[in-house]
Amino acid sequence: MTDAVIRAESIGKRYRVGERERYVALRDVLANAIKFRGRAKKQSRDFVWAVREVSFDVKRGEVVGLIGRNGAGKTTLLKLLARITRPTSGWAEIHGRIGSLLEVGTGFHPELTGRENIFLSGAILGMSRAEIRRKYDEIVAFAEVERFIDTPLKHFSSGMQMRLAFAVAAHLEPEILLVDEVLAVGDLAFQKKCLGKMQEVSQSGRTIIFVSHQMNQIRRLCERVIWLDAGEIRQSGAAQAVVGSYEATTMGGTDPFVQSGAGGCFRRWEISGEGGEANVLRDGLKPLILKFTVRTDEPILRGHFGVHVRNHDNVLVASWGFDDVFVELGTQQLLVYLPFLPLRPGLYRIFCSLYNDGNNLNGGRLLEVWDAVPCLAIESPPLSHSQDAWAGLFNISAELKVDSFAESRV
Amino acid sequence: MSAPDMVIAARESHTLRIAPPIGWWDLNLGELWQSRELVYFFVWRDIKIRYKQTAIGAAWAVLQPFLAMVVFTLFFGKLAHIPSGGIPYPVFYYSALLPWLYFAASLQAATNTIVENQRVITKVYFPRLALPISSVLSGLVDFGVGFLLFLVMMVYYGIRPGVPLLLFPVFLLLAVLTALGVGLWFSAMNAIYRDVRYVVPFLVQFWLFASPVAYSSSLVPVKWRWLYGLNPMAGVIEGFRWSLAGQGMSPGRMMLVSTAIVLLLVVTGLIYFQKMETTVADVV
Repeated sequence: MTDAVIRAESIGKRYRVGERERYVALRDVLANAIKFRGRAKKQSRDFVWAVREVSFDVKRGEVVGLIGRNGAGKTTLLKLLARITRPTSGWAEIHGRIGSLLEVGTGFHPELTGRENIFLSGAILGMSRAEIRRKYDEIVAFAEVERFIDTPLKHFSSGMQMRLAFAVAAHLEPEILLVDEVLAVGDLAFQKKCLGKMQEVSQSGRTIIFVSHQMNQIRRLCERVIWLDAGEIRQSGAAQAVVGSYEATTMGGTDPFVQSGAGGCFRRWEISGEGGEANVLRDGLKPLILKFTVRTDEPILRGHFGVHVRNHDNVLVASWGFDDVFVELGTQQLLVYLPFLPLRPGLYRIFCSLYNDGNNLNGGRLLEVWDAVPCLAIESPPLSHSQDAWAGLFNISAELKVDSFAESRV
Repeated sequence: MSAPDMVIAARESHTLRIAPPIGWWDLNLGELWQSRELVYFFVWRDIKIRYKQTAIGAAWAVLQPFLAMVVFTLFFGKLAHIPSGGIPYPVFYYSALLPWLYFAASLQAATNTIVENQRVITKVYFPRLALPISSVLSGLVDFGVGFLLFLVMMVYYGIRPGVPLLLFPVFLLLAVLTALGVGLWFSAMNAIYRDVRYVVPFLVQFWLFASPVAYSSSLVPVKWRWLYGLNPMAGVIEGFRWSLAGQGMSPGRMMLVSTAIVLLLVVTGLIYFQKMETTVADVV
């Protein structure tokens, strides 16, 4: 036996269009049976595949992220693995006790007290009574609701309900845990606490499949990422790479000019230096090097190399051009040394262009323009105005001092 | 199940195969047994919630059969003079109303349970059978409370049940199975066709008249009595009367027919329910 705890083999789920919106009335069924007797079967256009031909393995102890746009089939895939719904085709095998957390507060009832809800929700999520009793104090402490534990849930604030619900869920101990976007709720401090708990869980050797739209969460928690697009796997692999290319396609803005020509092409890029690594810039105030790997099919003499950076609104925020560039034939690295890159945190696209025999103005020949993949993620601690609308383009620290007028004149 | 068997079952339950539903018998009874604590929690929840917002709480469980008994005694007994075979009217009616009201309430609860729990069903997996089973079991608590009043009546009327009382648990089990068998059918149907829930109250009303609650099945000619047993509640109710009131006729052949029907209902109900179960999260 391999150490794969989950093995899915071209698993698929087909829904009838509109099936989820409307339920059937017995009356209609009877009426239809009379009206349409002998009619041909439903046409295939009435069906839609929410998940199609998806195959993957998950090893013991792995934390796998599931990303994709809304409606890409992430939740359906989790529901298939959790056995909430049955596949239409394919199969999956699961070795180990599996628990799912598709919403916070599954089975909560407003009339019951906090204590009663802990037991009820715990049981529905798959804990035994003895297990819940053992963890009860821990759950209550985690949720920080000791004082209200014997009050009906309907008198809890929504934040308290959320904390209690997550506390129950966080103390589930299945060998495999399926989690769907449940951390998107609650206040920031509690989110951090939950994330910590999840990390603790994943370090204890349990297998987790985790759906999120928060790419930073995915980056922090997952080693491997599966990107679903329209029900099928678009890319699967190391978290950084998959998240990078996912972000690159979902970023707004139209391509200004992407062109791939003969003569040379960019292969990859990365950040090195004190400020960051891979495609992530952690401190924009430290020196950094942007390393671009390029393969040239012709020697470049007096060429031009341009780099420009655009933000999520497609605004050109930084740009550098180098003339009289000489690049030998073959695979080469172009290193751009920057003293700092103090842009506000977020995702940026980097475009590189390479010309031979001049630049864009003096008759140079364009070899390639590359929309760099993955995109640049700047994760510097935010230093500018705390409100997004006023944060501006730059991320530079500032200090305020108030001097009295009289003194400043001296 | 012997000990080694159980070890194997436990180990197998850790490898799970997820595949499209095939065949007509896909029921995992071992898994259902493993989730017996969940059934307990569902029952506990139903009861807690049922009485949490009522003014007189569990007294309803006594008041309901008691008032029905008073009405039946007055109208069917004292006015219509329905023959009761020598049993005092209050005892005659109460002993029939207990299983009947249990059946009617459990059937309604089971019918709605899948739809009422749709939020949970679409968010987490557990054997769906736990739901109708707990609806049927939570009705037993009300039944138990109502039964206490019957004990008081037995003392008051000096009823001394004889040997048939030993069979009472069997009749009770049959009542539970009847509620379960019919409940499985209706809860599955209601999940798919939502108008079923409007049909059930009517059905229960007609069923009441087709069952020997207001009258005794001795009114049915002997040669048709086995046919009357096709209504499983006929066997159950007569069984209750016979074993509790210590008088009247033993249900005999009618009982056998009823038992057979109940078993048929439970088995077909399980099959139908389990067919619905594979798609329920997509339709509710």
